[in-house]
Amino acid sequence: MYNHVVVSQFTDDEIDRIFHALADATRRDIVTRVLRQEESISQLARRYDMSFAAVQKHVAVLAGAALVVKQRNGREQLVHGNPEVLRKAARLLDEYERVWRRRADAIADILSEEDT
Amino acid sequence: MSVISSHKDTEALTLTIVAEFDAAVERVWRVWEDPRRLERWWGPPTWPATFERHDFAVGGRCAYFMTGPDGERARGWWRITAIDAPHRLEFDDGFADDAGEPVADMPVIHCAVSLEPNGSGTRMTTLSRFDSLDQLEKLIEMGMEEGLTLAEGQIDALLAEG
Repeated sequence: MYNHVVVSQFTDDEIDRIFHALADATRRDIVTRVLRQEESISQLARRYDMSFAAVQKHVAVLAGAALVVKQRNGREQLVHGNPEVLRKAARLLDEYERVWRRRADAIADILSEEDT
Repeated sequence: MSVISSHKDTEALTLTIVAEFDAAVERVWRVWEDPRRLERWWGPPTWPATFERHDFAVGGRCAYFMTGPDGERARGWWRITAIDAPHRLEFDDGFADDAGEPVADMPVIHCAVSLEPNGSGTRMTTLSRFDSLDQLEKLIEMGMEEGLTLAEGQIDALLAEG
């Protein structure tokens, strides 16, 4: 259900770029990290025991698929997750919130039955 | 309505829910500790849960299944990571195969529950944390497919009941 909603917002070209970008384990890991916290390319290069240039290439592929956004800050290139993706996270957490609201109400019912 | 506030952190992938109950902390603790009480609220009405195993101790395992409208079963497991009765419980919750063993590559939810006295009642805070957006998405997708999460109308009905 979500797939349809999300996919229909992208063109075929965009979808191809996204799948290509995420086909690599290092790139998937970079996305996960910078979604949680912004990191510079040099910080990422240290994490993966990779050259600055190699990480820069991975980031460029991710940025091409709009999965991450690059920003220059002085001499550093900062990388962070795309807000669009964060909005998707918010939507999914909303769904999960319903599960807990339902559970809390069910607990309240059990507690009130015990009263009587 | 039991839930008084919620907070979502989209970067840390956490959901915090605060609920208040008109019952003492010890009684609210029992809905977690006693499997017969627990299974009355853990699953949705259309997918009631049955806990076959409930080792309510640090390092303990729980095994449960939820039974769908057509008799199909969805199995799950808990591993309890912290307990401080009757105030704090932490556990991981995941998907299990037919033998009750955890399924690799399936979403795991890290859950932390705390109970505090609030007047004559109890304030319960649950924090759920996901390892990745992929896992969160997979969980929600599966929930939608199997009807584990309620449809919009059902929620409204619950809210209307107050």
